[in-house]
Amino acid sequence: MKKKLVLIGNGMAGVSCIEQLLKLAPNRYEITIFGSEPHPNYNRILLSSVLAGDAGMRDIVINDWSWYEENDITLYTGQTVTRIDGERKTVGTDGGISVPYDELIIATGSLPFMLPLTGADKEGVIAFRDIKDCETMIETSRKFKKALVIGGGLLGLEAARGLLNLGMEVSVVHIHPYLMERQLDQSASVMLQRELEGQGMKFLLSKNTDSIIGRRRVTGVRFTDGSEVATDLVVMAVGIRPNVSLAKSSGIDVNRGIVVNDYLETSVPHISAVGECAEHRGIAYGLVAPLYEQGAVLAKRLAGAETGQGYQGSVVSTKLKVSGVNVFSAGEFKDAPDTRAVRLQDEVDGIYKKVVIRGGKVIGAVLFGDTTDGSRIFSLIRSGEDVTGKEKEVLLGASAGGGTAKSGVELVAAMSDDEIICGCNGVSKGAIVQAIQEKGCASVNEIKACTKASASCGGCKPLVADLLTCVVGADGVKAVKEGICGCTTLGRDEVVEAIRGMRLTTSKEVMNVLEWSNPEGCSKCRPALNYYLGMVWPEEHEEERESRFVNERNHANIQKDGTYSVVPRMYGGVTTPKDLIRIAQIADKYEVPLVKITGGQRIDLLGVKKEDLPAMWADLDMPSGYAYGKALRTVKTCVGSTFCRFGTQDSIGMGIQLEKKFERLNTPAKVKMAVSGCPRNCAEATIKDFGVIAIDGGWELHVGGNGGTKLRGTDVLCRVKTEEEVLEWSGAYLQFYRETGKYNERTSEWLERIGLDTIKAALEKQEDRHALVARIERTLGLTKDPWQEIIAEKKLNDTFVPIVSAAQS
Amino acid sequence: MKRIAIGSISEIGERRSRTIRIGELEIALFKLSDGTFRAVENRCPHKGGKLSEGIVCDHHVFCPLHDWKINLTDGLVQAPDEGCVTTFEVEVDEVSGTIWLHVDDEHILVS
Repeated sequence: MKKKLVLIGNGMAGVSCIEQLLKLAPNRYEITIFGSEPHPNYNRILLSSVLAGDAGMRDIVINDWSWYEENDITLYTGQTVTRIDGERKTVGTDGGISVPYDELIIATGSLPFMLPLTGADKEGVIAFRDIKDCETMIETSRKFKKALVIGGGLLGLEAARGLLNLGMEVSVVHIHPYLMERQLDQSASVMLQRELEGQGMKFLLSKNTDSIIGRRRVTGVRFTDGSEVATDLVVMAVGIRPNVSLAKSSGIDVNRGIVVNDYLETSVPHISAVGECAEHRGIAYGLVAPLYEQGAVLAKRLAGAETGQGYQGSVVSTKLKVSGVNVFSAGEFKDAPDTRAVRLQDEVDGIYKKVVIRGGKVIGAVLFGDTTDGSRIFSLIRSGEDVTGKEKEVLLGASAGGGTAKSGVELVAAMSDDEIICGCNGVSKGAIVQAIQEKGCASVNEIKACTKASASCGGCKPLVADLLTCVVGADGVKAVKEGICGCTTLGRDEVVEAIRGMRLTTSKEVMNVLEWSNPEGCSKCRPALNYYLGMVWPEEHEEERESRFVNERNHANIQKDGTYSVVPRMYGGVTTPKDLIRIAQIADKYEVPLVKITGGQRIDLLGVKKEDLPAMWADLDMPSGYAYGKALRTVKTCVGSTFCRFGTQDSIGMGIQLEKKFERLNTPAKVKMAVSGCPRNCAEATIKDFGVIAIDGGWELHVGGNGGTKLRGTDVLCRVKTEEEVLEWSGAYLQFYRETGKYNERTSEWLERIGLDTIKAALEKQEDRHALVARIERTLGLTKDPWQEIIAEKKLNDTFVPIVSAAQS
Repeated sequence: MKRIAIGSISEIGERRSRTIRIGELEIALFKLSDGTFRAVENRCPHKGGKLSEGIVCDHHVFCPLHDWKINLTDGLVQAPDEGCVTTFEVEVDEVSGTIWLHVDDEHILVS
């Protein structure tokens, strides 16, 4: 019979230990996991990325529900273990569940340290520790303006940056005279403060909080010097303490954390502790790398494998996850009587580097501004290599000290297989080499997908890249294309965040500030940036016609022979004899080679010469159908109750309203709509980006369908009763897509990426829908019919006509 | 060699182009962001796409049909694609703003 293993705590430390155990001894234990939070195991260090908008809640899940099923693990979420009986070997929860164990792991992590201030129990006073805190912050930012973060350490600054991204005014209160004093020396700290102030953060240093004021909800904070500031939200990020209450009440030896030996055993037999709740040789770690190292030792012991010397403690490094700021710190970085330091301070470029040396060995480092050497220096600290005589090269690289320092590739080559490359996810050099050689990984991204190396903080990316080069040679490395195009490594969200946060209003500014590798971009990023800028700053951004793809610049579809097609707007697919006669006459006048009815219920005039376009538009005197644009194309309708004997609602009328409302709207990719008058759905609304189907007494709203390359049926968003509600929901949905979609990403792909639940949650509350609608109205209010605009402006008009020259000498 | 006046610098916007027809020959004339001009045959060596409709980035243009990248200074198609388009010398009279194109007779005759 299998032995029973129980894990208390569904966090990163415990679950990673179980993962390693399953690899070593897949069938040894019957495993049960208890977690207090109602989520599967997620990556807590990435919560700041969620707040920063770089990742969704879904992106940070490490092991989803199916992982537990596949490994036959019984998972109880929302259950808090309240007692451990070490003699009978059972645990019991607040929900009344009782489970016996043969081996027990306590991985209860840590709790945010809440200052015992008067008023700390008021509404609007929170910590920054779990998904719920993030949700509270996001919610608060929608209703309130001012936020105050208590704590100028790593966590506090990440929370503050996140709140800035959410559009709040943020002040950081710190008891110390300078920021991140546990990771940085004063020089680096001052540079950091300057940088963050540039991003809009305000600082109140050397301030001691006295009490929190307000009636039911917080309205301000008072300091011990008597001064006060007003705020709508207080985030306490002053530190964490190991969560030991369960262990303590169960009679396990506890200091600051649960006391463990080198094999992670507690004072009670068959009970181990791992992660932030554990105290090893007097240290309770609050960072992620040691958790994996502890977990690895514990997994080996539980699997009955050789554990060698056990766990010997960890050298830790930290990296601040705040966009636009690179900070790295490791080991002992403060000067002492027996240390010497090599420093480089460049205030022009905002770079500061310091390496601390004792007895010929590197024991610590602080890097600010340029952290590319972080992993190289960190590996020197860990290896304890003697650097006597080449101290300067450690800091400055080979060029400074006469060319004997090793390059990154040589350094990784010299590492042993069991050395850890990715501290966040505990991935060794050997595991990565295996992934390259056996699974054919040929880029950092593939290695990340395969091994999780560099998947968390990303600090080891240069090291992984060096290792890849070392194994396959420079020619075998695939070009890494992560950015929105080859000009940048930044993704969509980072670019949009920069546009918002730094108030960038032209693509030239974006490319300059974000250091594009091609100074004027390429055919991929130029149209994308033009879209993002117009989306974020509808009034301020001036349309960059030269960044538009030909079809959107000329407001017609270019065909393979260089001619164009013209599609006038026909709202809801309804036309009149008068309009049809005019279209026929014009097709005749300009000798249009082909006239065709489109799939979107309108007429396409194909084979028009570019120089004829403006005159044809003038003759037509109809609005542009935008058949060429990343915009609303058509709203297809069926006849509906107007004539059809089955129709239950006026689908034509609804369709015309939608098309009139949203015509000319720029979207990340084209948007097609349809309205059907009954569930027979003759307008095929279930393969459209937004579909409306009449039901008895209302409308059913459908989203994310696609009838193109990849067929995808819609998901039902909701049911509503009135036409006004259809317009409200469609406006909110379109604006949410505009604000979160990647350029060129259809709603079907977008929905798959961010999830239907995310969309539903964003549109659930009426106030949120109204806010989105208000923003889309602002954009819609600025649009003009492009054909009329070109006809009216001679300068635009001229560009359609070639210059004809007689060949003369 | 012919020297042909084709218009004034004010007629072209930055990073935009105009099409010039000389008999049967069609030339795309580009104004770069630094204010200088480039002229190439208005025909992508791939499928004959009209380069004048492409997006201009520094001294390159991307063909609107299949995104080939072409260097407007030497006419060379950029990797991974291969090929070459004919380039023409552009002369600008700084005072009057007149633009002149230098075109070989053979180009006019051949096309």
